[in-house]
Amino acid sequence: MALRELKVCLLGDTGVGKSSIVWRFVEDSFDPNINPTIGASFMTKTVQYQNELHKFLIWDTAGQERFRALAPMYYRGSAAAIIVYDITKEDSFQTLKNWVKELRQHGPPNIVVAIAGNKCDLSDAREVSEKDAKDYADSIHAIFVETSAKNAININEVFIEISQRIPVSEPGGGAGARASNSADSPPRAAAPAADDPPPKP
Amino acid sequence: MQEENEHEPQLVSVTRIKCSEKTLRPTIPCILHFTEVTSVTGLEFLSQPGQEKTIRACYSLAWIIERCLPLKPDTGMEADVHNNSVPLENGNLAPVDRLRRDRSDSPTPGLVEGTEPGAGQDSAMFVHAQSFEDLTADGEQEQEEEVQVPEGGDRSERGPEVEKPRTEGEENEKMQGQPGEEEQEQEEVQSGGGRAKEEDVNSEAWRRHRKHVFVLSEAGKPIYSRYGTEEALSSTMGVMMALVSFVEAGKNVIRSIHAEGYKVVFLRKSPLVLVGVSRTRQSERELTRELLYIYYQIISLLTLTQLNHVFQIKQNYDLRRLLAGSEHLTDNLLRLLDCDPGLFLSAVTCVPLPSSLRDVVSSSLQAAKAKNLVFSILLAGSRLVTLVRKKDQYLHHMDLHLLYNLVGSSSSFREGEGWTPICLPKFNTAGFFHAHISYLEPASDLCLILISTDREDFFTLSDCKRRFLERLRRRSTYQALQEALLAPSYPVSQVGIPELRHFVYKSKSSGLYTSPEIPIPYQSEEEQERLMGLYQYLHSRMHHPTRPLRFIYHCAERENLLSWVTSGFELYLCFSPLGTKALAISAINKLLKWIRKEEDRLFILSPQTY
Repeated sequence: MALRELKVCLLGDTGVGKSSIVWRFVEDSFDPNINPTIGASFMTKTVQYQNELHKFLIWDTAGQERFRALAPMYYRGSAAAIIVYDITKEDSFQTLKNWVKELRQHGPPNIVVAIAGNKCDLSDAREVSEKDAKDYADSIHAIFVETSAKNAININEVFIEISQRIPVSEPGGGAGARASNSADSPPRAAAPAADDPPPKP
Repeated sequence: MQEENEHEPQLVSVTRIKCSEKTLRPTIPCILHFTEVTSVTGLEFLSQPGQEKTIRACYSLAWIIERCLPLKPDTGMEADVHNNSVPLENGNLAPVDRLRRDRSDSPTPGLVEGTEPGAGQDSAMFVHAQSFEDLTADGEQEQEEEVQVPEGGDRSERGPEVEKPRTEGEENEKMQGQPGEEEQEQEEVQSGGGRAKEEDVNSEAWRRHRKHVFVLSEAGKPIYSRYGTEEALSSTMGVMMALVSFVEAGKNVIRSIHAEGYKVVFLRKSPLVLVGVSRTRQSERELTRELLYIYYQIISLLTLTQLNHVFQIKQNYDLRRLLAGSEHLTDNLLRLLDCDPGLFLSAVTCVPLPSSLRDVVSSSLQAAKAKNLVFSILLAGSRLVTLVRKKDQYLHHMDLHLLYNLVGSSSSFREGEGWTPICLPKFNTAGFFHAHISYLEPASDLCLILISTDREDFFTLSDCKRRFLERLRRRSTYQALQEALLAPSYPVSQVGIPELRHFVYKSKSSGLYTSPEIPIPYQSEEEQERLMGLYQYLHSRMHHPTRPLRFIYHCAERENLLSWVTSGFELYLCFSPLGTKALAISAINKLLKWIRKEEDRLFILSPQTY
């Protein structure tokens, strides 16, 4: 069976649930009192998808400002980035937009971007509407899902979708030589989108 | 106003402050300690009532005290102002070397440093740094030998519940010492337990916490408070800063305020100011050391370089932004400071293991090396299994305690492999190391910390871990290690001294200590803290900057304690209250023999390097 290694990193504001998403995906567990991640945490998980084995190499980064400068270390080598925000915190959605800009400027050119609106179980306290987030995601051609690590909603799905969008790396060649390998997927975040001013403030 | 005390050459002034009834309620008596002899100006402003300066200073003082201390008006506190017996250690910052005595003076030549039980065979693992600022340095300052039976004097604090007015006469009596009172103070201990951020800072409960710690920036911005939210305390912290800068304007340094059984201790570490408010019996010096730990905890996250940089750019920067998510580290460190003897002993304890087993673990760790690897540390809980270091590179025990704290207070390393920059402030405050932190198994207590100088080294270190584990498993050491860890400590009964309840023995040359498990009467959190408080008290008496002791026999209400410092070791024993002094003294020999017999199990005698 073919084995694909998929390098994924998670970015986003502190407390949005990056680690919880990873724990749910890797361990299928949830801890409501999880401590903030310190630095970054590396985990792997191998799943079978159709007739392929997908080995996810996951960098779960810390969202705090003091670790911000380290982020390039993790996304530079990644084929995909899951940027997470908290649907109950408007601020975390703004932070997400900054991450998108940063990835566009400094990230690998063909990086697959997925946007995850976590804590969708707390829709009573929602501050970011699903439509706004979806529109934004479409505008940058990113995958969009609302997830709940607590109730295991859309967690596996987002990883599967990523694995489909990541181009199969050619033997000996660098990752993502081709723009896209699935016919239906539009050009990804690498393509400049018209609606965003390019320079970062 | 000014009082000379021949025992206390550094103490320039003990000044009485009385604030006018008009401006203030209640009347606050305080004792201020100043460090510099240049403080004549400082003295003047404090001793000439009526000056505007005086009133402002007093007002600030009163503000702090009123907000932090549960004072009640009209309690006649004035009588307590002048008390010679305030522990007058001034946190002397001068190098301790001048106080040292020649080691050859030791009355027990067999027990000099390097030959005591637990002394490493080769070089030690830890730095014996006694840097200028290192208040934790155990200066061997034995200047006088003294046996005290029972321990007396030096109690100036009285519990805040003692409120009856006193006359000068009564106060003098008190100076003679009332050991019973010490216990009283401890009884109303309440454990903080958890982060109670929502606490109302105006509530009585908030005021009654045993120890408050505040960190603020030089602009007076709150950075950390142990209890209550920083926002709610911003005005209090502003006043603290005003007080610090006011005294500094007079070319002086405020070190502490002693009032009503409380000590308010200031530690100025530019660009930060740390303030501790305590009603424990800890000395000012001990409190300063604890604040220093908190300071280094912050440095370990940011480096001093970054900290300075941030405040240079923006003086009123809100540092909480950079420290976000680290509050639980500081909270946990404060808990450790209350209950882990290693932190006041400046020592580390290790898991008792057969030396053959430990050697295999060490050599496996030694074999799994990498170019940029500086330290490999294997921990079991908060105990050291082994430590392998690069040749000529030493870890400071304080840095190791910060690593313990980092690992112990965060569940986030439980899964996967952690990779984080960390500054080891006693090694270098300017730069980051990069630590690979992982548990050998998710359910296991064994945590491996690999420290490298290269931030791109993650996969190299991950491979080191794999090689280390492979080697352990191949030699079936892993199983043996797991089994040994089922009993991570030993009961005191192994020593065979019936009256002995607990002890702490530190070998000075190796920087390691050993201690049996906490016995039944001390197992609750409060009791454990009380026992550690007693040890800490003895420790501070033995290491008093100007009047150090070598030998103390202390009769407390619920236990008898004995402590002994030689140039080779420090020993703290806790006996049942029925034990006698003669019995305690005879127990020392027996215990030392036992430790000598067990030393290769209790200590790491042959530390390894790559």
